[in-house]
Amino acid sequence: MRDIYIRPSWLVIVLILLTIIIFAFDYSAEPLRYEDSRQISQSSPEEQTTDLSQFPNSDENHKCFQCHGQSMYTYENTEQGRMVNQKMYSELIISPNEFYISNHRSFKCTDCHSEEYENFPHEGVLRMEYKYNCLDCHEGDESYAQYHFEEIDAEFQESVHSEKHSEDFTCWMCHDPHTYKINARTNENIRETIIYDNTICLDCHSDFRRFQLLTDRERPNLIKSHDWLPNQELHIASVRCIECHAEKVSDSLLIAHKVLPKSMAVRNCKECHSTRPELLASLYKYEAQEVRTQDGFFRGITTSDSVVIGASRNQTLNIISLIVFIGVIGGIAFHSILRILKK
Amino acid sequence: MAQERLYLYPIWLRFWHFVNALLCLILIVTGVSMQFSAPAIALVKFDTAVAIHNIAGIILTINYLIFFIGNLFAFNGSQYQIKFKGLMKRLMTQATYYTFGIFKGESPPFPITRENKFNPLQRFSYVFIMYLFVPVVFITGWALLYPQTIPTTILRTSGLHLTDLFHIISGFIISLFMLIHIYFCTIGASPGANFKSIMNGYHEPH
Repeated sequence: MRDIYIRPSWLVIVLILLTIIIFAFDYSAEPLRYEDSRQISQSSPEEQTTDLSQFPNSDENHKCFQCHGQSMYTYENTEQGRMVNQKMYSELIISPNEFYISNHRSFKCTDCHSEEYENFPHEGVLRMEYKYNCLDCHEGDESYAQYHFEEIDAEFQESVHSEKHSEDFTCWMCHDPHTYKINARTNENIRETIIYDNTICLDCHSDFRRFQLLTDRERPNLIKSHDWLPNQELHIASVRCIECHAEKVSDSLLIAHKVLPKSMAVRNCKECHSTRPELLASLYKYEAQEVRTQDGFFRGITTSDSVVIGASRNQTLNIISLIVFIGVIGGIAFHSILRILKK
Repeated sequence: MAQERLYLYPIWLRFWHFVNALLCLILIVTGVSMQFSAPAIALVKFDTAVAIHNIAGIILTINYLIFFIGNLFAFNGSQYQIKFKGLMKRLMTQATYYTFGIFKGESPPFPITRENKFNPLQRFSYVFIMYLFVPVVFITGWALLYPQTIPTTILRTSGLHLTDLFHIISGFIISLFMLIHIYFCTIGASPGANFKSIMNGYHEPH
């Protein structure tokens, strides 16, 4: 009988082919990019239908949404006695579908806006109405204590946004009360949370029209100002802007609100690529802890969506590798001592 | 009777081996430095370690091609083929020698010849390292160099994390192999004989 030989070259070829097959076929949906962020933060009204029967104010709100919920509206020009189709300014469009999944979905429009808006055409003076900020409703409310509104406000007051723009910069700049939906605490997909959060920043910092509302500065070029960053695309898709641009003051807040001047942004790789805990956002720590608690050790070390080289160390793996390493060194030492003694 | 010196390591193999050893050392030092980077102390500065690690990894892959193609066509390749029949028995015999026989002054059970320059344990471990773990480490290394090519999810797990785990675990196993390899090279005609052999190409018999 001929001897059977294992020819290891085939192993390498199989490994390479296997990798090509795995990499050629992405088992998940398309990776999320900034352009897709709208799909997360704003779903298209045409594609989504919401059962409005569960919302007691939906009939009342419908009066507003029949104009403000779409890009076109129709009204009767009583002077000319004819129906007129009019374009709704995009800034004034509120998607009902987004509103009814937002945190304020149970509200009536006139809970925050003047009841005078029920009349059409709206009085010009109404646009001068006071717009409520978060603390106007949420300050000192025990039922919202877990969200730490007061701490958020204190951080915000020290941020560059507040210092540079004073009262012009309100909560609304980042959190549209019509569509705002709590995300970091509830979303199990960390990549979606990253894009959701970064979209908030990019809504102004990459949209010059909005940027101009608050500053006379020249158009920012984010790609150029971040060209020092290796693997820029991966960093931008995997890291929240606030990780480098905000100071993490409190561990109780998942989103740091003390945004720093750009001169103080993190530019040192090791600030994140190490185990320095205060600079690793609590989001990742929270996510890793949750996964480990829910799914056990093995899933915990493999499931995390975030890999930060130098920081994503698994203590158990570290201990195992240390034991193996010491075992090997010990074995070598023991063997060599015996060799010397038995010489 | 004294055996004659055997010419076991041709120049291309010695060149490959030297470059491979050097690159592995560089990759281990920079890899450990990145994996265990700390704010206060650094073995190598993080961004420098990344740059060196990437360049060394690329050269390692090119160097591996020399090894792989060389072994496909040169006689040296036959040293990496494992005969299935009696494999366990040969491995046990060699392991028993390293565990007991060596201390009793017994002769090695598989004397080195031109046709058989590795003992069974060497042949087995070299195959696993050179044809499994080194390819895994450079395949995953290239993937990490171009992370956008990595599927977002593989087997319900982050593709990036899984690739990273395979890379780190393979790198760790290669590091352990290197330690053991260097130690076992001291078992020869004299503790330095095998190191001399890999430099001049000639094996000194026991």
